[in-house]
Amino acid sequence: MGIPFDQILIQTVNGLVNGMILALVASGLTLIFGIMDVVNFAHGELVMLGGFVGATTLAMTGSFWIALAAAALTLALIGAVLQATVLRPLLGRDPLTTILATFGISLVLQKYALWQWGPSARKLQEPITGQFDLFYLEYPWYRVLTAVLAAAIIGALYLFLRFGKYGIWIRATTQDRVMAQAMGIPVPVVLAVVFGIGAGMAAASGVLFGPLGGVTQTMGSDFTLRAFIVVVVGGMGNLGGSILAAIFLSLIEAYASLVVSPAQAVIASFVVLILVQLFRPTGLFVPTPK
Amino acid sequence: MLALENVHTYYGKSHILHGVSLEVNPGEVVGLLGRNGVGKSTTLKTIMGLVRPSDGSVRFEGRDIAGMAPHRPAHLGIAYVPEDRRIFRLLSVLENLRTGLDRPGVSEARKDELLEKVYKHFPVLRERRSQAGGTLSGGEQQMLAIARAMMLEPRIILLDEPTEGLMPRMVSQIREIIHVLHREGVAILLVEQNVPLTLEAAGRVYIMEKGVVRHHAPAGELRANQAVIHQYLGV
Repeated sequence: MGIPFDQILIQTVNGLVNGMILALVASGLTLIFGIMDVVNFAHGELVMLGGFVGATTLAMTGSFWIALAAAALTLALIGAVLQATVLRPLLGRDPLTTILATFGISLVLQKYALWQWGPSARKLQEPITGQFDLFYLEYPWYRVLTAVLAAAIIGALYLFLRFGKYGIWIRATTQDRVMAQAMGIPVPVVLAVVFGIGAGMAAASGVLFGPLGGVTQTMGSDFTLRAFIVVVVGGMGNLGGSILAAIFLSLIEAYASLVVSPAQAVIASFVVLILVQLFRPTGLFVPTPK
Repeated sequence: MLALENVHTYYGKSHILHGVSLEVNPGEVVGLLGRNGVGKSTTLKTIMGLVRPSDGSVRFEGRDIAGMAPHRPAHLGIAYVPEDRRIFRLLSVLENLRTGLDRPGVSEARKDELLEKVYKHFPVLRERRSQAGGTLSGGEQQMLAIARAMMLEPRIILLDEPTEGLMPRMVSQIREIIHVLHREGVAILLVEQNVPLTLEAAGRVYIMEKGVVRHHAPAGELRANQAVIHQYLGV
C-alpha cells in the first residue's frame, strides 16, 4: 500500500509548522542551557504562563498582537527575576540543586495557574482566520503565520547574538564565564537577561500556540519534554542544532502519523533521541569534537 | 599600588596560600617565581576575585578588593592573562578584543586607537581578526590573550606563565611586549617558570614555596647570586 503524494506534502507542511513553534521553545531552552549549564525544567511552565497572560490580555484589549507583546515582556521580566532570586545563589553548586530548583519553580507556576485561571482550557482567538486550499484540505493561514513569526523571532535572536556588544557579552559568558568576569563583563546581569530572553521566547510560543491547541495549566510538562528532546538531539547549548532538530523531529512525527496514529507517532521522537544518545551523544547537528 | 597582606586561600578543604604578602608599585615589573603547585596562579586568582581569600587583605590603590564581585577588578584597572590563556574560542579575534573594549566611557576613536596599537605590536592579530580565536596557534592565542588584556587600558597586568610552551621566536615577542608595557608605565606581576626571562624583565622578584613567599630580592641581586634560585627552584 503506497501513501498518496498529497498526504506526504500536507504532513510536510504540518511538520514544518509544528517544528517552528517547537524550535522557538527549544531556542530559549538551549540558550539558557548554554549559558548556565543547567536544564530549565520550568521552561514549559513559562510557555503555559505566557499563554495565560496572552489570553487575559487578549480578553482585555481584543488585540492578539498586544497580547503577544505583553506576554513576552511580562515573562521576560518574571524570568529575569526568577534567575536573580532563585537560581543565582545556586550558581557553582552541584547542577542537581539547580535542576531541583527549576523543577520546584515549575510546580509553583502550575499551581499558581490552576489557582488563578482554573482547570479548564482557554482558546485564544487567532488574529487571521482565512484558509487556503491544500489538496483536499482547507489549510488555515494562521498556522503558516505562526511558523513565519517563530522564524522571525528566532532570526531576531540570532542577529542580536551575532552583532553588537551584548551579543558578544552573552557568547563570551556562554563560552567561559570566569574569563568573561575577568574581562569586566557583568556576568550576573548577563545571566538574568539571558534567562529573561529565554522566558520571553517561551511566552511568545505559548501565545502563538494558544489558538491551535488552547492553553491549560498542565500543558507545560509536554513542552518541556519535547523541547528537552530537541535540545539533546540538536546538541546541548547549540542554537542552530536545536532549530534543525526541532524541524527534523516534527517532520519525523508528522510522517510517522501517516502510518500510525498521531499519539503513537510521538514514539518516533524518543527513538531518535535514543539513537542519537547511542551513536552521536554530542548531538545530531554538531561536528563530533576532536 | 597592589598589596597583599597575609593572604590565606583555600580550595575546598585544601589550604593553598598560607599567608602570602607581596607588593607591586606603580609601573613596576615584579616577578613571582616558584615550582609548580606552590600557589603562584592561586595568588593571581585571589587578586582577581576568582577565589575568595579566607583571611588577609588584598588592597589596590588603597581599596580593599578581596572578595569583590569578580567583574569589578577589571573596571578598577587590573587585567588578567591566565595560564591557559582562556581565549573565547568561538568568538573571532576582533570579538575577543571587544570583550575588553566595550566598556562604558570608551569613545569609538579611542577603541580604534587601542586596536591599532595591538595590531602594530601583533600584526598577525590584524590578519586573523575575523578568524575564530580557537583556530589560532598556541603562540597566537597567547598574543591575543595579552592584547585582550591591553584593551582594558589597565594599570596593572597579571601575567600567568606567558611563555609556557612557546617557541623561542614567540618568547622574544612576549619579552618585547613586556618591555613596551613597562615603558608605558603599566605595572606587571609576572608569574613564570622561565627564570632568565623573569630576572631580565623584572625589577624585583618574589620566590614562593608551599603557599608562602620565602624570598624577596631585587632581580639584579638574584642574577649575581644564583644560589638562592637553585635552592628554591632546583635549576
